[in-house]
This record gives sequence, C-alpha cells and structure tokens, in this order.
Amino acid sequence: MFNLRFDENKCLACETHDCLTRCQYMAMDIPTAKAEMEKLIQGRESRVLHDCVTCYACEEYCPLGNHPFYLIVTRQEELDILPLPSPLIKRGVQMAIPFRGEPEIEPIAGRALNMGVFSMLVPHVQGRLFEDVTLMSTDSRKMFHYFCQLMYLHFGRTSVINERLEESIATIAAHGAREVIHFHDECYGTYASYAPAFGIDVPFKSVHLFEYLYERLGAMQDDIKPLNYKVAYQRPCSSRLSPDKHPFVDKLFDLIGVEHVQREFVDENALCCGSTIMGQRREGSRRFCLELQQKNIDDMKKAGAQLCVFNCPACMQTLGKPVADAGIMPIFMSDLCRLAIGEKSP
Amino acid sequence: MDKIYSALTQIVGEDYVSNRPEELFTYSKDLGTSPPQFPEYVAAPRTAEEVSRIVRMANQEKVAVVPLGGGMTLAGLALPLRGGIVLDLKRMDRIIELNEKARYVVIEAGASHGKLTAHLHKHAPHLMHSEPGAPPAATIGGNLAIHGQGDLAHPYGFNSDMLNGLEVVLPTGEICRFGSCAIGCAWYTLHPLPDLGLFLGWNGSTGIITKVSLRLFPCKKFREMDIFVVEDETLIPDVLFALTHVGMAEDLVAWSSAIPPFANELHHISINITGDSKEEMEFKRRQIFDIKLSKYIRDGVGAIGAVAQPSERPQISKSADWKKGGGFEYVGSIMPVAAYPECYRRGAEISTRHDIPYTVLGRVIGAAHGMMFSWSYAFNRADDRSVQHARDALHETDDLVMELGGTIWKPAVFGQQLLMSRMDPNTLQMMKKVKTMLDPNGIMNPGNWEVA
Ligand SMILES: Cc1cc2nc3c(=O)[nH]c(=O)nc-3n(C[C@H](O)[C@H](O)[C@H](O)COP(=O)(O)OP(=O)(O)OC[C@H]3O[C@@H](n4cnc5c(N)ncnc54)[C@H](O)[C@@H]3O)c2cc1C
Ligand code: SF4
Ligand code: SF4
Repeated sequence: MFNLRFDENKCLACETHDCLTRCQYMAMDIPTAKAEMEKLIQGRESRVLHDCVTCYACEEYCPLGNHPFYLIVTRQEELDILPLPSPLIKRGVQMAIPFRGEPEIEPIAGRALNMGVFSMLVPHVQGRLFEDVTLMSTDSRKMFHYFCQLMYLHFGRTSVINERLEESIATIAAHGAREVIHFHDECYGTYASYAPAFGIDVPFKSVHLFEYLYERLGAMQDDIKPLNYKVAYQRPCSSRLSPDKHPFVDKLFDLIGVEHVQREFVDENALCCGSTIMGQRREGSRRFCLELQQKNIDDMKKAGAQLCVFNCPACMQTLGKPVADAGIMPIFMSDLCRLAIGEKSP
Repeated sequence: MDKIYSALTQIVGEDYVSNRPEELFTYSKDLGTSPPQFPEYVAAPRTAEEVSRIVRMANQEKVAVVPLGGGMTLAGLALPLRGGIVLDLKRMDRIIELNEKARYVVIEAGASHGKLTAHLHKHAPHLMHSEPGAPPAATIGGNLAIHGQGDLAHPYGFNSDMLNGLEVVLPTGEICRFGSCAIGCAWYTLHPLPDLGLFLGWNGSTGIITKVSLRLFPCKKFREMDIFVVEDETLIPDVLFALTHVGMAEDLVAWSSAIPPFANELHHISINITGDSKEEMEFKRRQIFDIKLSKYIRDGVGAIGAVAQPSERPQISKSADWKKGGGFEYVGSIMPVAAYPECYRRGAEISTRHDIPYTVLGRVIGAAHGMMFSWSYAFNRADDRSVQHARDALHETDDLVMELGGTIWKPAVFGQQLLMSRMDPNTLQMMKKVKTMLDPNGIMNPGNWEVA
C-alpha cells in the first residue's frame, strides 16, 4: 500500500510553521503550531485533527512542499478522528462505486480533456476552444471509472484514495492520450500532487485546464473581444494542490479583458465554498458554514463583482445560488472564456 | 349491433366507446405484475349524469363496471377482473370552483393531480393541495378511492382526510352528495352531518366518485429539500419523532435503497422546508438541525446530507426501473413509525431472496401518527422469471405487513383477502351489508373488497 512521503526534517528546520500559523480556521502562534506539528508527526492526537475544516490551504502555505494537509488526513484516519459524521463518510465512499458496466475505451490520438465525474458538464466544454481535444468520460453512467477519488481527503480517508486510484489511472491511461487536460482542479491535483506524494505512478502527462485555456486563447487573440466585466473568482480547495497554476487565473482574466476585483478573500486568502463544512461534525458547523459563505459573498459585493467565476462544480453547486441571489452572476471559467470569443455559454 | 355497445354510444357518443381489441388491449394491463384482464367495452363519460345512465344500464344487463382514473395504482385495482365495462373517467376533469378565501376547490374526480397543481400554480399560487408522489396523470378520484397520501401528509394526514364534500354515483345509478353541498350550501365542509363515508378506500366497489371538494393549504414562496442521513436504522423513529415534534417540515420521507450504491444500507430523511422568506427558512433549519438534531451530528451518527435542494412536485420515485425492463410494483402499508427498522431489515431480506435491489420508503403521516411504508420491487417485463420473483416478493411482503402488525395500503386482491381473513367478523359482516345494500347486483369493480 502507498504511504505518504513526508519529510519531518523539513518541519524540524522550519521557522515559520506557515502551514498552521496561516490557517484561516485556527488561530495559532508559532510555538503552538510547532507543538501541534510535532504531535502530528508522532501520530499523537492534536487539536488540528479536530478543528481542521479540510480546506487544503496548508498544502499551499507550506513553503517547502511538505504536504501538511495529507499528513493531517492520514492521521485523522489512523486515530479515527473524522471530520464528518460516519453516515456521510459511508455515503461518500459508496457513492463512487461504479454500477453501470465498464466504460468503452476509445483510443485518443492527441490530447484528451478528462471530465472526471462531471460528465454532465460536457455542454460547458464546447466550441472552438475545445476543438482540438477529445473528451474523455462523457457518459455519466460510467464516470466513476474516471473518478480521481481525491474528495476523500475531506472524509479522512486516504486509504480509499490509495485503494482505488490506480484503477482510475489505468482507465484514463488506457485511452492512450498523449496529454490529459483535466477539467477539474481536483483531478489535476490528484495526478500532479497527491500521486507523487504517495508514490503512485501516473503514466500520462497532466495539464491544468487554465493552462490549456490560456494557450488556446493566446492563439485566438484576434477573436477576443474584451468582456469588461468586474469578476470575483471562487478559488476551489483543490487549487491549493497546484499553486503554480493559480497565476493562470489572472493571466486568463487579463487576456479576455475582465477586471479581477480587489478583495480580501482572494488568492492565498480565499475562503472555502463551505460544501464540506456544512455537514461536518463540529458543533455549529452549519451556522459557521452559512456565516463563511455570507462573508465571502459580502466581500465579492463590496468589491463590486458582477460575475463570480467558478471552476469547481462543487463550489458552483454550493455557492452558485447564494451568489446569484446576491445579484452576482455565477459562471464557469470555460464559459467565460467562450463568451470572450463571441460564443454563447449553455 | 351489440346491445351494450349501442347503449353506451347513445349515452357518451360513438367517439367515446370502444370494443375494438387493440383498444381493449391497452385497458387490459397496468404497470404492475398483474396478468392482463380484458374488458368487453371501454367508455369515457363526460358528466355524472352519463355515469349514472351507464350504471343503470349495467344493472339491467348485469355487467360489471370498473372505474378507471390514471390507472397508476399498479396493483391491478382498476383491471376488469370479471370483464365488463371499464369507465375511463379522465374526461371528467373540470375544475368547477376555486374558493381562495375558504381554501377549497371543487373538482371533477377524473381530473389529474398534475392538472390541479398546474391550475393552482397559475390561478392561486399561494394555495396548494396534497399531491401524491405518483406520476401527474393520477386522478383525484382514484387517489381518494384508495386512501392516498401526498406531500402534505405530515401536517394534514391522508388525502381522504382533506375532503369538504363528495358527489358519488351509487352502484344503482343515483347521484348522491355528501357534506354541506348536500343541503344546497357551498362545498366548504364535510362535517357535521351524519357520517356516510362509505366510498373512500373501497376501490370504487361502492360507487363512482364524480365530484370532490378538496381542502387547499397555504403554499409558501420557497420550497427546498434538505436531507439528514443516518446509518443505524433504529435511530429513524427517534429522528422522526424529533422532527414531528418541532413541526417545521412540510413533508418527511425516510428512504433507503441498494441502488444507487451511495444509498445502500443508509437511511436518508428528505425534509421539505418551505417559507415565504429566506429568514423563515433559516429559522426552521435552525430549529431542525441546530437544536433538534444536533446531538446526532455531534455524536457522529447523523449528518446533514444536503441542503436547499430543489424540491420537485410531485416527487416521483426514480427507483422504479433497476431491473431495466419497465416494470415495478410496490406493497404499501400504513405502519407505526416505530416499525421502520424492522420494515427495512425484513424488506431487504425479501429483496435479496428474490434478487431484486431493495428499495424502501416511509412517509410520515400526521405528527408521526403513522407512516406509509412501501417496499418496491422492480422487474423486467420481458422476463417471466423476473416478473414471478416480483410477484412472490409482493405476496411475501403482504404477509410481512400483517406479521409486523401493519395494515396493507391499496392491497391487491391477494392482500385484500389477507386483510379480510384477519378482520373482526362483525366488521366483515358490516362491510358485506354495506356492499350488498349499495350494490345489490354486485356490478361495481367486482373482485375488490369482496366478502365471501
Ligand atoms: C411511482 C409511483 C409513486 C406513487 N406514489 C404515491 C404517493 O406518494 N401517494 C399515493 O397516494 N399514491 C401513490 N402512488 C399510487 C397511485 O398512483 C396513486 O395513489 C394514484 O393517485 C391513484 O390514482 P389513479 O387515478 O391512478 O387511480 P386508478 O389506478 O385509476 O384507480 C385506483 C382505484 O380506484 C378506483 N377508482 C378510480 N377512479 C375512481 C373514482 N372516480 N371513483 C371511485 N373509484 C375510482 C379504481 O377502480 C381502482 O380500484 C404512486 C404510484 C406510482 C406509480
Ligand atoms: S509542513 Fe511545511 S510549513 Fe508546516 S512545519 Fe512542516 S515544513 Fe513548516
Ligand atoms: S486544511 Fe485548512 S483548515 Fe485544515 S489545517 Fe490546513 S489550512 Fe487549516
């Protein structure tokens, strides 16, 4: 079985303990963070295991790339301190069991766009921007064969990811695509961050959707009509696993002529959409989640955002309606880019 | 020409009668496991007077009359077990009066629930009726004839408890009214006149309901569905008691099913929450999740599974076709809420024995005064073995209901006989007297609720 490659020596030498001191959901000074980190490393109970809302951000905060969040989740499972009530964990684990037959594996000669478990979002990846990729996982009955499984980080269950991931990788690899662009940040994070951290082989090259969109739009610059909207961006948790790709958000916005509004909860300071917090076990999670969402939306409004751009379907599902109720139009990044070249979104 | 056919054409017009085999074929089946039963004629009357004339003629000719609404009960209840005339009532679908201030609607019994919902949505969006989870073609009369329940069952009970008046064509042809309408008043109340409720739950074997005054209830601006999940089925009664105590939900349905896999061996409670403002909705959620159910969440045994999901009306079960062959039938029962764990466990065992993915559901009636608990069995219509398995499972489930001290709801003939075999002899005799008195020639939906 696969084990996390975590380098405790890095933590011993670490002066900032950014992973915990920068956490937006726990207030900690450096000495406390150091002590809690020690407990985590030694596999002892730590308040972090109870209070972590699983926002993934410490993966980005650690300046040394040492996977503190993967460590937290691993310990949560080992010590049975689970962030969610057990029925939700069972439900989540069962959710991804494929039950409608095997997928048909069509060979893909060039680049593939992997929809993961979001086959129903195929209408959002149409038009000229996606002309030169072949879609993968377009049949929602078979989509769980393409599931990156990373969602189980919210469930305190790295064991499930480690058990199932190789099969998903094999399914994707079987198409034989030269490069796989991942529609969802979570898939990209799985293959570019999680798998190497756990020593899981990935035989294909992964490309982040934003990087791909940037390249495509770059080649179509003459067709771009600046959109002139003021936009906010709802950064998904899994984008913390690939912080090197996050700058593409602003690059894309510049390219299509939208203004990324100045606000408090942006980039490294982004707030979780709340989708997983709502059901967590901690006392008052539901209210906390609603307050968090309100804080986030108020911040977008204050900054004058007209649109809220999403890339994660779970964020869109959780926050799309409240954002719309607040008078800000929710839109997928792919659709926004299509608008810029004069195409209509679905 | 055939005498009955020609009498029917005189009453309803040639376009609305048929004795052609291809048309009789479609009336010979329902969606469940029952073998086909062919009528000799089908007629579609437009008025209570036409119904009355048909029934009088049928008495003379000693031919059976079987009322048919949407034909959605699945249990063969509207199949002509002794042939005769199927009376397709769907043309009797007028909405006669909508009284917004007294909150009722007078409607012909052949009107569908879908039509009434659409009508209210358009003309009185602040009012609603209790819509069953059946396909929208289910009729008002057919649902009352089997004591149906809808999405207001938690606050207001059975649909047949929501009546303000009734018009019925008796098996001998007289048109009779019950409630305030019987004394020439408006159709605003069924009580306090002497109780003559001899038509509800009889599957049309004591008369044909032609008009109904149905109570309407406030329809709030926002309607959303939240979901609470537990793994331990023994918690369900307590959770439902807690939820009915707090009284903030409009509909409460607990369910579990083997497929899709996420729901397997878990129990989801769908909680419909409505309100005229977001603040009202949040107030209700706070009472439910932050106060009443918080201990389950804290203990890690219960969880908020979803919030603010769009709540469709009607909420039709999507579990019907797991065997991929277009067939499904269920046993419904009225049970004490405390029986949920046993109903679930034993039902899952029956399903496993018959190789059918289990699907069970319990809808709360009243303040947990009872629940409609159902066990659904999907089958492949093209595969006789699969149909037989479903049939056997249904019969075993009827037995189970009796064993667990429940009452079979809308029983097929097998279940009716089971119930009558357990019935208090005096009650049984009373049923027989009522039936013989109202239907001396035994022409009304024969085979149903037939006391030997
Ligand atoms: C997927 C699904 C979900 C369902 N969910 C629910 C639910 O949530 N709640 C619920 O209550 N039911 C439910 N049902 C069962 C059933 O479909 C409904 O109760 C429906 O309202 C029955 O009406 P119908 O017009 O289809 O009746 P039919 O099947 O046409 O008739 C039912 C019985 O009443 C008799 N009858 C019909 N019309 C009259 C009349 N005017 N006067 C006298 N007798 C008459 C018939 O002879 C028959 O015996 C469901 C069914 C399905 C398929
Ligand atoms: S995980 Fe990173 S930030 Fe945290 S203590 Fe270790 S090295 Fe420092
Ligand atoms: S995942 Fe988020 S909440 Fe948890 S410790 Fe890391 S930064 Fe804090």
